[in-house]
Amino acid sequence: MSQSNPVKAREHLKPPVTEVGVLGWIHQNLFNNWFNSLLTLLALYGLFVTIPPMFKWAFVDSLWFSGPEACREIDGACWSIIPSNARFIFLGFYPEDQQWRPLIAMILLFVLVFYTQNRKSWNRALFPIWVCGLFVMGWLMHGGLGLPVVETAKWSGLPLTLILALFGMVGAYPLGVLLALGRRSKLPVIHSLSVVYIELIRGVPLISMLFMSSIMFPLFLPEGVTFDKVLRAQVAIILFTAAYIAEVVRGGLQAIPKGQYEAADSLGLKYGQAMRLIILPQALKIVIPPSVGILISAFKDTSLVVIIALYDVLKTTKVTLSNPEWMGYSSEAYLFLAVLYFIFCYAMSSYSRKLEKALHTGH
Amino acid sequence: MDDKKNGQAPSTTDRPIIEIIGMHKWYGEFHVLSDINLKVQEKERIVICGPSGSGKSTLIRCINRLEEHQRGRIIVDGIELTNDVKNIEKVRAEVGMVFQHFNLFPHLTIVENLTLGPIWVRKMPRKEAEEAAMKYLEKVKIAEQAKKFPGQLSGGQQQRVAIARSLCMSPRVMLFDEPTSALDPEMIKEVLDVMIDLAREGMTMLVVTHEMGFAKSVADRVMFMDEGQIVEENNPNDFFDNPQHERTKLFLSQIL
Repeated sequence: MSQSNPVKAREHLKPPVTEVGVLGWIHQNLFNNWFNSLLTLLALYGLFVTIPPMFKWAFVDSLWFSGPEACREIDGACWSIIPSNARFIFLGFYPEDQQWRPLIAMILLFVLVFYTQNRKSWNRALFPIWVCGLFVMGWLMHGGLGLPVVETAKWSGLPLTLILALFGMVGAYPLGVLLALGRRSKLPVIHSLSVVYIELIRGVPLISMLFMSSIMFPLFLPEGVTFDKVLRAQVAIILFTAAYIAEVVRGGLQAIPKGQYEAADSLGLKYGQAMRLIILPQALKIVIPPSVGILISAFKDTSLVVIIALYDVLKTTKVTLSNPEWMGYSSEAYLFLAVLYFIFCYAMSSYSRKLEKALHTGH
Repeated sequence: MDDKKNGQAPSTTDRPIIEIIGMHKWYGEFHVLSDINLKVQEKERIVICGPSGSGKSTLIRCINRLEEHQRGRIIVDGIELTNDVKNIEKVRAEVGMVFQHFNLFPHLTIVENLTLGPIWVRKMPRKEAEEAAMKYLEKVKIAEQAKKFPGQLSGGQQQRVAIARSLCMSPRVMLFDEPTSALDPEMIKEVLDVMIDLAREGMTMLVVTHEMGFAKSVADRVMFMDEGQIVEENNPNDFFDNPQHERTKLFLSQIL
């Protein structure tokens, strides 16, 4: 019989204080060598120099709800520019007596988005719900059927930004997926058309596409035929974003092992079924982070429509700043805009992280 | 040679379920398969072996057109494989395939993996497809995992699911492409047991494998391939005890 070594009663010792807890964390992350310690101290000094004055400017010496005259007296931030001009910043030239319409339309939009973000509502009813919702929104914004008509030229401010962004994303994503599939197609015509489209669009800045859509495109139309300017900008944004989405999705498609295609084929699935049921769900999941990156930048790029004289929320804010009464408060106005854009973009990116987690199936 | 041993009943028609006539295949300049002639009767179990690169996987992948052949004819269940997509889909629905690396769909649960084909190809109602799926999962002894995702299963379990996925389509023929080669040794048996059961039930099977024990116990015919040709085929007893060809002898001496 072999004899094993007697096992000593196991002692449970605490790890050294410098390794765990707050002290351990500080030691490991901030002061683990002399260079990092120096950097930490420098960073602390930098924060000490900048934060208190900024805080004082933004919150202590600031005015939030006052007239422009009161602002001239103070050293701090004049946030009053936002509430005093809120109507124009958010709704721009939309007729004042009709302004409840874009407000309701925006609320409807938020409700729809909020409803859709829950994966439990992804079923057959979702599409008709969106179609109805968009129809009601379109009716509210544009009018007709009992409401006075408001030309799209007067749509401005936040509703315009959100409409361009949302439709841009919703339109660009499926188009991008189709282009990605087209680029991987074995049919030479479809393949080369997709390649030409993607490379052409990616080689051109969005600004020039917006210019082309608003200035050059009408020249080619027969006389009397006009397309709405907002619609033209919208189409330009969709076409532009789709090309970028296409390349990202193509990357996802390439990441799917050949065996998945073969398994789908060997069950007798048709090409469309194999793509829809097997390949795309996996590929699109892989490319959630980069596609959301593109969608976020598309959201921000909607502000470029100023160059074709559309008044999105950035432009309405700028117009407010050109009002002599409120001139000189651009820091406040632009900070506010930054926060506004950040809220939307951060919501998108945190949702994408949530989605990624929810779709993870442990492989 | 149609060896009807084990008192097997001859198939209702004399038409072979798979017929390959003078088939050639090239990868670019490389002649992978050369003059393949093969008839498989219903309920026949055929094991194909041979050194790697001999074209045995390519051969069975031609049968459901995962690979295209360039010359000769392949007729499966009366349908000739040509560029006609409709025919290819028809053949694929009747021919089950089990891969070396399982190729389960990782984004779907086990039961969804099994019902996908029946629902979308066979147009079976979901409820019925799920019942059938559970029946096959029980058959491969894995029913309790139905709600899990493939990534949560061991290799042997995944391969059994893959077999069940093919069975759900009620195929006329099953093709196995080295089904145990990617498995840990202790998992090989559980997969082979399932395949042996299947063979006993009279499934028509073409199996590419190095498991010679399996070949001995269930095969009606063993084929040896080398350099893209069928070098020798015989019933398992004669094949293993009395190989005719030098290359077969060499191969057997290396693996047995």
